[in-house]
Amino acid sequence: MALNGVLRPGFVQVRVLDMAEAIVHYRDRIGLTLVSTESDGRVYMKAYDEFDRHSIVLRECDEAGLDLMAFKVCSEASLDDFATKLAAGGYEVTTVAAGEQPGVGRRISFMAPTGHRFDLYAEIELSDNGPMTNNPDVSQLDPQGMKAIRFDHCLLYGGDIDGTKKVFEEILGFSISEMVVDDDTGMIIALFLTCSNKAHDLALVRHEEDGKLHHVSFLVEDWSSIGAAADIITRYDVSRDIGPTRHGITRGMTIYFFDPSGNRNEVFAGGYHYYPDNPLRVWKASSVGKAIFYYERELNDRFMTVVT
Amino acid sequence: MGKAAFRVSVEGSDKVITCLADETLLKAMARQGISNIPVGCRNGGCGVCKIRVTKGEYETGKMSIKHVTQVERDDGYALACKAFPKSDLTVTVKNEE
Ligand code: FES
Ligand SMILES: [Fe+2]
Repeated sequence: MALNGVLRPGFVQVRVLDMAEAIVHYRDRIGLTLVSTESDGRVYMKAYDEFDRHSIVLRECDEAGLDLMAFKVCSEASLDDFATKLAAGGYEVTTVAAGEQPGVGRRISFMAPTGHRFDLYAEIELSDNGPMTNNPDVSQLDPQGMKAIRFDHCLLYGGDIDGTKKVFEEILGFSISEMVVDDDTGMIIALFLTCSNKAHDLALVRHEEDGKLHHVSFLVEDWSSIGAAADIITRYDVSRDIGPTRHGITRGMTIYFFDPSGNRNEVFAGGYHYYPDNPLRVWKASSVGKAIFYYERELNDRFMTVVT
Repeated sequence: MGKAAFRVSVEGSDKVITCLADETLLKAMARQGISNIPVGCRNGGCGVCKIRVTKGEYETGKMSIKHVTQVERDDGYALACKAFPKSDLTVTVKNEE
């Protein structure tokens, strides 16, 4: 099989100020299924088209933001291999015991230079409510709310994006699909990384503060799903950031909004497919408006500066 | 509407925000097309709408402790998106950006 090593974004653990409100948002608005609530208070959710047990973990806290993003790798051997390479690269690698999250096997964990915690794992239980495999219908459970298909990617903000680029490219085997650079110095301002056939699995933006979350994104079916999501956002008075619109980068169609704790979410559709032999696509900062919002052709302040 | 309405003055701005009894300061501001307090997530997480209330009574919903510490809360700091005026207020914008 061609896709090896890191397979895909697996799950995120997000901090929320109020669990009851968060559940309404992620379950009833975005349309995730509530998988379980555990004794430590964490709530586990998944999208209807995901095979694995969960992809979104909510933890109640007096501060919003991201605890960690985890990627699924292809095997336990691959996990060991990454642990060795990360350690050799000077990263402090810790092990998270199997079962720290229900159904999830052993994880390895490291802090990236941008101050974000990333975990890797190879094993997670399959969901009972995943996509069907025997004469499969398009869905087993009826999609709800915005009909999120899967947790897709995160955009994270931090200082040393060159450092995080290095670990993802050189150790974890990611490729850069696209980036935004300063016109004069060539300094990377934004970076789109993929471990797969998708235009991005992780994005990074240079920012003065480390460890910040810009958004957690979910895939939806098509352009009309973005419109339907916009209807839900207005109908239920969800805090909207921008959209429906389209990105120049990745070419995805999108709408951004905030969860009840101020963490930004996105639902998006479309975008190109990436292959490792594709040339790098580069945007100059002077064209960044079009790169980010293809229709507006200008950035809004909120999109650039508001993070949790 | 007819509900109790409070008047909120923002220091350095001549636009007065009229706030209904169950409405956050930030929501009232936006509804009236005023923009003298910065708008971010609108949900207490990002800290962009940070203010200090220098006069008047208010209540708050859940706010990220990272942006308004307990000490600051006791000192009148709040997030406008989570502040419910309970009287006429005078506030100062505290966002550093
Ligand atoms: S707008 Fe984000 S905390 Fe008020
Ligand atoms: Fe995105």
